[in-house]
Amino acid sequence: MRQRSLLCLVTAGVLAVSGCTVERHWGGNSAPAGSGQAKVGLVTKTETNPYFVELRNAASAAAQAQGAAFMALAGQFDGDNDGQVRAIENMVQQGVTTILITPNSSTGVLAAIARARQEGVLVIALDTATEPASAVDATYATDNVAAGRQQGAYVKAALGGRPPKVIMIDGTAGSTVDTYRHNGFLEGSGLSDGDPAIVGRDNANGDQSIAQQKMENLLQRTTDIDAVYTMNEPTARGAYAALQARGLAGQLVMGSIDGGCQGVQNVRDGLYAATVMQFPRKMAEEGVTAAVRYARTGQKPSGFIDTGSVVITDHPMPGVASQNTEWGLQNCWGTK
Amino acid sequence: MTATTTTVDRGERESLGEFFLRAPAIGPALALVVAVVVFSVSTSTFLDLDNLSLVVEQSLVVGTLALGQTLIILTAGIDLSNAAAMVLATLLMAKLLVGGVPGIFALILGVLVTSLLGLVTGSLVTRIKLPPFIVTLGLFTMLTAAGKLVAGGQAVPIAPGSLPAWLGTRRYLFGGIPVTYGMTLALVMYLVLWYALTRTAWGKHVYAVGNAPESARLTGIKVNRTIVSVYLVAGLIFGIAAWQALGRVPNADPNAYQLGNLDSITAVVLGGTSLFGGRGSVFGTMMGALIVTVLRSGLTQLGVDSLYQDVATGALVIAAVAVDRLARRKK
Repeated sequence: MRQRSLLCLVTAGVLAVSGCTVERHWGGNSAPAGSGQAKVGLVTKTETNPYFVELRNAASAAAQAQGAAFMALAGQFDGDNDGQVRAIENMVQQGVTTILITPNSSTGVLAAIARARQEGVLVIALDTATEPASAVDATYATDNVAAGRQQGAYVKAALGGRPPKVIMIDGTAGSTVDTYRHNGFLEGSGLSDGDPAIVGRDNANGDQSIAQQKMENLLQRTTDIDAVYTMNEPTARGAYAALQARGLAGQLVMGSIDGGCQGVQNVRDGLYAATVMQFPRKMAEEGVTAAVRYARTGQKPSGFIDTGSVVITDHPMPGVASQNTEWGLQNCWGTK
Repeated sequence: MTATTTTVDRGERESLGEFFLRAPAIGPALALVVAVVVFSVSTSTFLDLDNLSLVVEQSLVVGTLALGQTLIILTAGIDLSNAAAMVLATLLMAKLLVGGVPGIFALILGVLVTSLLGLVTGSLVTRIKLPPFIVTLGLFTMLTAAGKLVAGGQAVPIAPGSLPAWLGTRRYLFGGIPVTYGMTLALVMYLVLWYALTRTAWGKHVYAVGNAPESARLTGIKVNRTIVSVYLVAGLIFGIAAWQALGRVPNADPNAYQLGNLDSITAVVLGGTSLFGGRGSVFGTMMGALIVTVLRSGLTQLGVDSLYQDVATGALVIAAVAVDRLARRKK
């Protein structure tokens, strides 16, 4: 008997903590359609990644400022398509007028998006484009190819004519963002896949400890390198640790992409030469503005809207537009 | 599930299969030697002291998680929450360190947290008779979330030097071999547990409980107490794994080691420990953890894509268990 009640208690506790969190502040009762009241639903990849927290906070603030109702849901982990599909269904059920989504996989949530659009919901992709792009009404995102291109251009300029001997630490094999940044870097540095100038390459899934391990193993093959491409800042930190252990840090040019506050601080501290900052806040604000406009006038945005990216470095190179880390720390996302 | 006896009548010549049964660490040790030889021959870079030292260093965190996992699996349990508990401990430790608390207190807290979690798991398994798989699956979910809550999903970098100098990647030379303090710590832990499992009454009880809990109960072994002690000791070890993780990467990340639980099970299985309990050894696990790292390091130096490395590792797990089964069938 005592055991049974304990079991019930445990079960109740588990159910209580495993429920998904919802942030919502509906403006009172649900507004009838066409009343001009925007109801914005935001679906991010995960609940806790600082980048998406920034996106959510910015969207929430913009909604409040513009008098729109707002709710946010998320997948449980990177790649949780199923969780995102459920979030979309719940939002359509609750009568949102616009869904802003950072799709976990560029194709995984298309069917659910199509159903939402049939219901007359405006769907805007933030940060990550869908494949095909026409699956959503519009996309507000960093042009990841351009971000990669800027990293490549910076590295090339910093090498100053020396022949590149590059190690590339990529993200998750097959992910869209990863592919775009990788290809952009090659474009910007004037290389191509399979070029002998790329002396090593591996995937680290954007994880610092994995990146460190991969870099250690690649350096065992050769230490004759002068440049490193990293897909994001945790990757760059892991790569730096491996380079430092080999006494190579500071003897080569390493670039990264993201613009998180920790990453900008890393550039300031000289762990790597440059990072390319993106602007999640801008994506969220412009997405909400479009949602409010749609509710009032029925006017939909369309196409790909690049929210921009900029090189952050304290060693500017001719021909590569950049901002210094001072500016970077004022505009970065995450904990300052 | 039948219990297998592992004693061999010394009077007759034992078959190869029986030999493997008696010394479960022999198979994985051979596999490790073969892998090292193959990579030493096929690459010019693998066989060098710095690289071999690095391989050991790379296997420390999973190797430590796997040590605790071995204890639990010996009792026919399993722990899916070990890496999540470790990550939570690294985050709490990093928070303290950033707050200016002396390193030693942070270390103690890390071990306390994971030990307490081990105690909770052990109690749920023995008192309410919940399957370990279920308990630790639930804990895994909760602890993963807790880790993200602790730091708002942010990674917490710690200042260099905020941890005691004997942690992390500081090296000293041992007869010309570069050894880190972390490796020394791991080796000491393995030796202590090997001794406890093979030379003490507690160790015999652990094996007995894993082999046949009912028989163990009848011979007067306090089965529940033994199981709780195993989860507690394993929890303590997961705390030390958190030291190793922070020592190697001075940045506590709530998204790190997402597959650490499965990686630790992989090392245990490759090391010849039976998932049905009662059979296995900590040195087998050590070999298992090293095999995975040696494979990754060697294949990287051969220029093999990391996805193919995953394929190879998975195939090896299945092969290892298949060999084990065949050896037993011969018996």
